[in-house]
Amino acid sequence: MNIVVCVKQVPDVLELKIDPVTHTLIREGVPSILNPFDEFAVEEAVRIKEKHGGEVIVLTMGPQQAREALLKCLAMGADRAILLTDRAFAGADTWVTSYTLAQAIKRLNYDIIFCGKQAIDGDTAQVGPELAEHLGIPQIAGVKKVDVDPQNRKVIAHRETDEGYEIVESKIPVLLTAIKGLNEPRIPSIMGILTAKKKEMKTIAAPDLAEDTSVFGLKGSPTQVLKVFTPEPRTGGVVIQSADPNAAARQLVDFLASQRIISLEKEEGAQ
Amino acid sequence: MIQEYTNDVWVVSEQHEGKLRPVSFELLGIGRKLSEKLGERLAAVLIGDKVSDLAKPLAAYGADKVYLLEDDQLRRYTPDGYTTALSELILDRKPSIVLFGATIIGREFAPRVAARVQTGLTADCTGLDIDDEGRLVQIRPAFGGKLMAMIVCPKRRPQMATVRPNVMKKSNPDWSREPKIERVEINLTPESTRTKILDVVKEVSPETIKVEEARIIVSGGRGLGSPENLKMIEDLAQVLGAAIGGSRAIVDAGWLPHHQQIGQTGKTVAPRLYVAIGISGAIQHLVGMQTSDIIIAINKDPEAPIFKVATYGIVGDLFQVVPAITESLRKAIAKRN
Repeated sequence: MNIVVCVKQVPDVLELKIDPVTHTLIREGVPSILNPFDEFAVEEAVRIKEKHGGEVIVLTMGPQQAREALLKCLAMGADRAILLTDRAFAGADTWVTSYTLAQAIKRLNYDIIFCGKQAIDGDTAQVGPELAEHLGIPQIAGVKKVDVDPQNRKVIAHRETDEGYEIVESKIPVLLTAIKGLNEPRIPSIMGILTAKKKEMKTIAAPDLAEDTSVFGLKGSPTQVLKVFTPEPRTGGVVIQSADPNAAARQLVDFLASQRIISLEKEEGAQ
Repeated sequence: MIQEYTNDVWVVSEQHEGKLRPVSFELLGIGRKLSEKLGERLAAVLIGDKVSDLAKPLAAYGADKVYLLEDDQLRRYTPDGYTTALSELILDRKPSIVLFGATIIGREFAPRVAARVQTGLTADCTGLDIDDEGRLVQIRPAFGGKLMAMIVCPKRRPQMATVRPNVMKKSNPDWSREPKIERVEINLTPESTRTKILDVVKEVSPETIKVEEARIIVSGGRGLGSPENLKMIEDLAQVLGAAIGGSRAIVDAGWLPHHQQIGQTGKTVAPRLYVAIGISGAIQHLVGMQTSDIIIAINKDPEAPIFKVATYGIVGDLFQVVPAITESLRKAIAKRN
């Protein structure tokens, strides 16, 4: 099984602060991490390789700094890495990000594409399905269990639904997106970290993928960000420190009624 | 090219096993406003098998027209079947706007369609409007709600967005409106659906309220002490008609399934009311719920970070406070009826 895992280096969103004067994001000093959902994808790909053989290629689009995220994947057991890096790739929305990844992946020999379900900075969950469509292959999104059957060239996955899960079968090639619960990602060993540095890391620039590089990045993005702004910061409200739980409960019920959370009217029927 | 895409605002009315999702009505509410501003009609797109009965409520809640895409291949959602059916209709009829609910299905179906029809898509919108140039302006949170972005799709059509449940208001229904149904011919073969659903496993009953679309969520954390005490959360949730959520700590401990985890590696929610019980408010949790309208926190530690975002906090022993709240609510409701 040859598996391509698409990963993203993201700012540790939990560490992000907003500049109180300019109301913009302070990125300086914020650590960059491998997107947590992608760790599940890398781990599963490596496990499939360990069981069935083949190769795991990790792929990312980003600045030179994104090498660190790729190194972590190599340390977890991926065999080689590809970094798509070029000024022309910058400012890409999800449509053109998935288009760009597809142009690189088309040149590879793959059976399975793995992505994390979503990245924690953008939270869109769009790149996986859009990539599957650009490649013209089926997708199973939000998987928490995967079994690969190399003889019959198919996968059977448990896909999360609102009520539980579906057991879905697909022929290979297929794109899968990983959610929490799929596995427990390994912590890279010292040996893994040392060997990672000796593994192949290839760089691909925009002209390697297309003659007209304006199809990539900001110029190639269907959506444009007009502006960003910070929402009103949330502040704490009333806090009751009550010795009497019953009194506190009654006050809360009054509050809920005043906010029309509980009402005296029945809600109009929707259907 | 894009000038041709001026034929109606569409909302994709997601149904599951013959029942419309609540967000479908919210989409009609915002879709109505957008279509009136544009001077266009509002159409609902209904995909499924033997679902024509649902056209009536869609009309009552504002749809001028209902496109009915029925086929036995479309009985359950599959990415291939749904994408083919909807994309062909979009390319044929050229709507200016197509909106989806940001549900589990909407969030994976919409991007597949956007890639097929080669247009932009904005995820999880919490605000939508039409600007002076007649463009759809889409507002969405990013970076765990720390930033809001205003996004347009200037050069491609249709303009597509998924819309977060519980944010948009539905209109008052007018049950005298008769639906104008247009049946759309579907050309699907079993081969055109490449993923096959072998089995459907239901871990909760269909009546269980899902955290993504709940108006009220009651969530528990480590402060509950042991899984038996989830009963308290369930009792309160039942009285409030709420969905049940949990912090990462109790999900990792196996007290609740992953799909009920609220926070960074779980679900992002923004209900009208979020009740956090025995949750300290680690930032991983806050990014998943801090855009809720009203947050109520119950915790014994007055320094717990959850109180910094809570609209209303009670410092106290949750084992006493929570049953007292449930009881007070029961009494208030009994008195009302």
